[in-house]
Amino acid sequence: MSEVAEKVKAPRESLFSKKNRKLVTDPLTDNNPITIQVLGICSALAITVQVEQAFWMSVSVLFVLVLGNMVISMLRNMIPSRIRIIVQLVVVASLVIIVDLMLAAFVPDVSEKLSVFVGLIITNCIIMGRFEAFAMGNKVGPSLMDGLGNSFGYAWILILVAVVRELFGSGTLWGFPIFGDYIAGDGLYSLGYVNNNMMILPPMALIIVGIIIWVQRARNKALIEDH
Amino acid sequence: MAINKDSNGYTFGFAIALVVVVGAILAGVAMATKPFQEKNEAVKKKMDILKAILPKNEAEKVTRKNATAMFDEMVKLEDAVVLDINGKVKEDITGDAILDIDIKKEYRDKTLKDKDKSFPLFISTDADGKKSYVIPVVGKGLWGPVWGNICLDDDMRTIKGATFDHKTETPGLGAEIKQAFFIDRWIGEQITDDSGNPITFEIVKDNSGSEPVKVDGITGGTITSKGVEEMVNRGLKPYIEYFKTLK
Repeated sequence: MSEVAEKVKAPRESLFSKKNRKLVTDPLTDNNPITIQVLGICSALAITVQVEQAFWMSVSVLFVLVLGNMVISMLRNMIPSRIRIIVQLVVVASLVIIVDLMLAAFVPDVSEKLSVFVGLIITNCIIMGRFEAFAMGNKVGPSLMDGLGNSFGYAWILILVAVVRELFGSGTLWGFPIFGDYIAGDGLYSLGYVNNNMMILPPMALIIVGIIIWVQRARNKALIEDH
Repeated sequence: MAINKDSNGYTFGFAIALVVVVGAILAGVAMATKPFQEKNEAVKKKMDILKAILPKNEAEKVTRKNATAMFDEMVKLEDAVVLDINGKVKEDITGDAILDIDIKKEYRDKTLKDKDKSFPLFISTDADGKKSYVIPVVGKGLWGPVWGNICLDDDMRTIKGATFDHKTETPGLGAEIKQAFFIDRWIGEQITDDSGNPITFEIVKDNSGSEPVKVDGITGGTITSKGVEEMVNRGLKPYIEYFKTLK
């Protein structure tokens, strides 16, 4: 108990202190949940065919991760250690159900497109990973920042992959035709350009994520693990 | 304040408190969002009926915003009828009440006898006076319910359009039933033979779907495809009886 008491006495740290800011910026690049920690790959494969889906998936994960991180952080001194994983699961699962109900009520088209994937947020390893690795041992403020950072790190990779896949797979972005009308065959299509159907298939997501990892590690040699 | 957080009592107490709190929150959110969800579902129903009637390029223009107006214009509810399982018209259900019939709920309801079930038929008349008949159907896929609308041409036997949808079929496999390529396989099929008797459709795996009565299934989605087959064969029967009386 004495340790806890000491921590409370420590001067209040600003939410935007250098250390806390790092919690947000680190996961964007050098500690990215997808490309460095290689978590949450399943959803990166599943819902990056269209930018709109990827965007809403990111928003849902942001909501679940930030709120979940804060709830777990608030409860961290109360959660019995023997059932902590179950408690974390209950928190994720309830937040996901709330997201699902909200999407179905207010953005039904998106809810239809995401369908079962919303439920799969529960299994997104980033969320349980952050709960266990960060929120269980940190105060609410830093947990909030950590949640934001990791969600943004997840989101930008997800959206980047989706942009590449939708642009070259369907010739659209957010549903708007970029290269002209594919069915009518005007615009770029009149010159003989065709959409790459490979892009729509899940393996391409893995290849694109692989390319991002490659570029990232080529630029920052410190990220390369030596085995 | 000496609580032993590793004691069984504390662990059980915490678990129970957590479940009660979480349960209350979820119940609250579910109740608060229910009216919105029901409204969305009602609009979705109209969208699906319109999409079954309209040719593909026009069906894409149906959105949640314009669906109600388009539905009111194209599908006159006073033309719609409700049948019982034997194809007899149920005179007591008319107008908006037809749209309120929840065939998914009736299908799920084990206590409801077949003869009490309702089978709505929506009729749309185009500018030339040609009619389209929209038949809602419901069945079961692999994981959960599947449903759809089948639109028949003026001759009451040729499928001119359809929609299929599902709740929880596997993405990329069974879930593909809602895609245009699968729906296209049904278009042009005839639901009765020349003497007006029902035809039993068959989902096939050997790529012989171009033959009459046969429709190609979806690779990896066999159980869902079979579910659609059963749904269509069973769902159309009351309507075929009704169409006989019209001719």
